[in-house]
Amino acid sequence: MSANVSLPLSTRAAMFLRMLAIQGSWNYETLVGNGIGFCVEPALRRLPGGVGGEAYRRALARQSAYFNAHPYLAAVAVGALARMELEAMEPAKIERFRKAICGPLGSVGDLLVWAGWLPVCTLLALLVFGLGASALGTVLTFLITYNVGHFALRIWGITVGWREGMRVASALANPALRQGPQYLGGIGAFLAGVALPLVVQRIVGASSVTLIEVLAGVAVGGFIVTRLHGRFEIWKWSIVLLAISVLLSVIRP
Amino acid sequence: MNPVEIAVLSLLGGVLGLDVVSFPQAMLSRPIVAATLGAAILGAPERGVMLGATLECFALETLPVGASRYPEWGSSSVVAAAVIASGPPTAPWGGALLMGILVALAWSWVGGWSMVQLRRLNAGWASARHEAVASGSRRTVVGLQLFGMTADLVRGVLMTAIGCALFIPLSRFVLQRWSFSDTASIAFVVALAGIVAAGAVHKVFHAAPGARWLLVAGLVIGAALLGVIR
Repeated sequence: MSANVSLPLSTRAAMFLRMLAIQGSWNYETLVGNGIGFCVEPALRRLPGGVGGEAYRRALARQSAYFNAHPYLAAVAVGALARMELEAMEPAKIERFRKAICGPLGSVGDLLVWAGWLPVCTLLALLVFGLGASALGTVLTFLITYNVGHFALRIWGITVGWREGMRVASALANPALRQGPQYLGGIGAFLAGVALPLVVQRIVGASSVTLIEVLAGVAVGGFIVTRLHGRFEIWKWSIVLLAISVLLSVIRP
Repeated sequence: MNPVEIAVLSLLGGVLGLDVVSFPQAMLSRPIVAATLGAAILGAPERGVMLGATLECFALETLPVGASRYPEWGSSSVVAAAVIASGPPTAPWGGALLMGILVALAWSWVGGWSMVQLRRLNAGWASARHEAVASGSRRTVVGLQLFGMTADLVRGVLMTAIGCALFIPLSRFVLQRWSFSDTASIAFVVALAGIVAAGAVHKVFHAAPGARWLLVAGLVIGAALLGVIR
């Protein structure tokens, strides 16, 4: 790997800002492919011939082809691909790398963010709400906590991708990525246990009889639902139940 | 609600709808944020956060994993916030909360469908410009990105405006005839939300080591805090 390839801070900043819109043209044919090209593009301007040059056009076409990844962890690919293009690696190698990195970036991101960090931050906000926080306090707790992790992950991704280039796959063995989902799962389960009774209490209000009834209903219903092992999407059935209750309330004399 | 309020809410719904996938995915579109912001615009942030917290219990079951179709909570939460915050002060709070939750769930499903249509539209635009992309046209690559984001913004604005136009009058009609007590309405909707959340927590976290015992430990602390926080 050549050592003389560099990326000015302004280019990195432009790539980072574009990363926030990486799924802007997400579609069922190229998935996030066009977004990868869009994000790598500021770096490609540094290729010989500049914008519109032969090297630039070929690289942009290559980077805008089909790609799939978690939107935050796609930053790893963006950093690595930018480096590989500026190092003038063989196109076949770059294309093989693009294909190989899709799977890990998708599965690691889904587990770490969508099934880990997001529900943990949501439950933390619910806990703060249950403890009596104001609307502003609840919203800020969620947004600040979530986005500290969100932006840190994107910045780490683009940095490590650029630093490691083609060897970036080893960075995905980072303990935080591999063990993180398990730790987050434990934290999430604990937070859920503390938060749910308090949320019920805050919304139900003062009546202790009703609170006990609702909590008992949640305990029994929750137990039954967990025995179903996710075979039903309960939220969809909730639409039916709520619609029936509205009808009953309206037609009841 | 006056036209200015509807326009502001629609713009908010557009921005939050955009946040779901296209830009910047900072989770401004989560119900606890979107419902609170929507209701705050109408001067009822506390009602908004109540609605948002209840909706989050449902949203925990619909995490946006992979390329699956999932509900669009951004614009639908704003519509639900308009439903609960725009009624007369005499409207029953329990009925309004139940209607708000029903509207959000149903409209988020329609919003998810609208996102699928947008992705098909994006695919059509990308296919039509395949040669330009394959030739490395910067203008086309950037243009596709901007088109997708603009279309998504418009989708969110329309979802919010149409939702407000449909559900605010419907909710007024329903709430004028609401016969259940506040206590019963709130108890029903909160119990349902709690059950969905419990199922979602199990689905998402059950594989983590010790999750069951951590949940039990949390429940013990939560139950103890019930007496303290009251």
